[in-house]
Amino acid sequence: MRRQGSTPAPRWRPAGAAWACAALLLCACSGEPPGPPVLNWYVFDEPSGAFVEAAARCAEGSGEQGTGAYRVRLRPLPADADQQREQLVRRLAAGDSDIDLIGMDVIWTPEFAKAGWILPWPDDKAAAARRGRIAAALDSATYEGELWAAPFTTNTQLLWYRTDRVEQPPETWDEMIDLAESLGEDGTIQAQGERYEGLTVFFVSLLASAGGEVLDQAGGEVALPAEPTRDALHIMHRLAESTASDPGLASAREDQARLAFQTGGSTFMLNYTYVWPSARASAPEIAEHMGWARWPAVHRARPSRVTIGGINIGVGAFSEHPDLALAAAACIADEQGQRLAATKGGLPPTIAALYDDAEVREKFPFADLLLATLRDAVQRPRTPLYNDVSLAISRTLHPMSRIDPADDVEQLREQVGRALRSEGLL
Amino acid sequence: MSERYDPAEERLGWLLCTPAVLAMLLVTAYPILYAIWLSLFRYDLRFPDERAFVGLANYASVLTSEVWWQSLASTLVITIGSVTLELVLGMLFALVMHRVFFLRRTVRASILIPYAIITVVAALAWKFAFDPVTGFVNPWLGLELAWFGERWSAFVVIILTEVWKTTPFMALLLLAGLTLVPQDLLDAARVDGANAVQRFFRITLPLMRRALLVALLFRTLDAFRIFDTVFVQTRGAQGTETVSIVGYHALVTRLNLGLGSAVSVLIFLCVILIAVLFVKVLGAGPAAEEGR
Repeated sequence: MRRQGSTPAPRWRPAGAAWACAALLLCACSGEPPGPPVLNWYVFDEPSGAFVEAAARCAEGSGEQGTGAYRVRLRPLPADADQQREQLVRRLAAGDSDIDLIGMDVIWTPEFAKAGWILPWPDDKAAAARRGRIAAALDSATYEGELWAAPFTTNTQLLWYRTDRVEQPPETWDEMIDLAESLGEDGTIQAQGERYEGLTVFFVSLLASAGGEVLDQAGGEVALPAEPTRDALHIMHRLAESTASDPGLASAREDQARLAFQTGGSTFMLNYTYVWPSARASAPEIAEHMGWARWPAVHRARPSRVTIGGINIGVGAFSEHPDLALAAAACIADEQGQRLAATKGGLPPTIAALYDDAEVREKFPFADLLLATLRDAVQRPRTPLYNDVSLAISRTLHPMSRIDPADDVEQLREQVGRALRSEGLL
Repeated sequence: MSERYDPAEERLGWLLCTPAVLAMLLVTAYPILYAIWLSLFRYDLRFPDERAFVGLANYASVLTSEVWWQSLASTLVITIGSVTLELVLGMLFALVMHRVFFLRRTVRASILIPYAIITVVAALAWKFAFDPVTGFVNPWLGLELAWFGERWSAFVVIILTEVWKTTPFMALLLLAGLTLVPQDLLDAARVDGANAVQRFFRITLPLMRRALLVALLFRTLDAFRIFDTVFVQTRGAQGTETVSIVGYHALVTRLNLGLGSAVSVLIFLCVILIAVLFVKVLGAGPAAEEGR
């Protein structure tokens, strides 16, 4: 039996409640303050604040009489490049108009361009963005003859070594491994051997230094010539099996290498330039004995070719303010912006002339070596399927200690071929 | 208890279920069907123009791939390893929690703490503990082992992390089962001269068969879908890749919706298979008939 309620239910006012909710929602959504339009710049969370400053400088100078035609809001992305890409592509694939400017890792250009997620630069703007840039940095922002982003910062690896243990830096890999083995306990070489994109970078540098490339010129077919590939694999295998490699090589990234080097138990390290300010700040007694040299060659007669990194600034294809975004990207990546990123953030510039700038040279005492390495730098495979190709390479070559230089050339060719054809799982 | 058929009652029953059924259709059936639909296409978000119907080609591609079978094997190693250990440890914990008479609440609450910790945090904590440079496990054991450098040792750490984290859940479900065992029965058995081991295996265990089934089923399904611990600790290196990570790579990293959906559907089928096996094997014993 149903019991009849003795007290009447409280009167519920749906309309009033709904209005209150709607008002709340409206307030939450229209958060943009009045004034010039805001451009969102998705870029990794740069710790020194150099990006914020560079963006603010451009925004202030953009309008007439200091009013500013736009404002820039930084949208920080994770430090890891794979995770930056993951967050961006999910938004871009859904056509997110919130993305105006993108701090693009150099390897994303073909993928983003081909998918139509970024805008190509019109000729006049492209000409300005090309002026004075290092050729390899410019190449990284170019796809199918068009410029897709303004080259902003760049980076590449150098060989870091202990001047108190080694008089003359080794010129080739074999020389370095021999030397490190003869030094015993402290001879350790720090490199990147985890199964991630960094392993692909290591392989690409070794392969290019040996005179080979992963893909043919057009980027559609597997190249991987037999002899250079075998040479590169041989060095990877020798390093991993040598007493001179770190026991944790199979799970080491750039930062593990840096930390291990800073504790003093290593003599050699292959790493990016950020290790220099880091060592000076947190391990000054190591930094005192830290020397730098060009990445070791594979063959003595052939100078090494090292993989180029860095970020270029692209304009999101779904942006509501593409013209302003183009202007902002060009401004942030101009000489003034690059000087700021270099001196404040420690990020090497893509404008060659800046390497003669006194302020920049103070920050990068190895500026000449860095510029020379960058001039010979190699690109990672330039295909919209780079991510798949990289997965295929790092999977096949990990762990380096199990590489069989003779058989794995064929294996690698097959896996990269499958990745290019989007076949199967990786 | 008599079961009298009452059409009005049945109609009311269906009526009461309707909102739940609708919600389930909306949030589960739709995504499942959509995933099945997507798995029949060649569809990469990077190349939306190349979308084409390919039938079962994606499934053929997955099932002929070494990566899939290897990851399935890894997943089974982790699942069987962790669930077995959890069952034994969980049962011990449940017995302790059941027997304890003082500070009952404190004991129960403290056993549950690991379960309240976010998996990623737990996985990172275990990763740091086993790190050859900064971790404390190697010095404790007097070893110099790169735990994540070998397949077997990486599995050990992953399984231990899982066990540490989810044993409390298992223990709680088993505790619920233990409370179902009537004390009279145990007392009677004791009077008849059954020792503690006999009482546990002959009376307690058969009577809590249902609770055991539920606990094992939940944990096995959970363990089979493991993602975060492996992703944080090895990223799937050293042959520790699980099926969920394979799916993640296809869907999220490569944006290959067709292939990724095929992987998801296959994982879904595996999960159903596990559930059916459990219910058939464990659910249809004599104890189940008694329970009816």
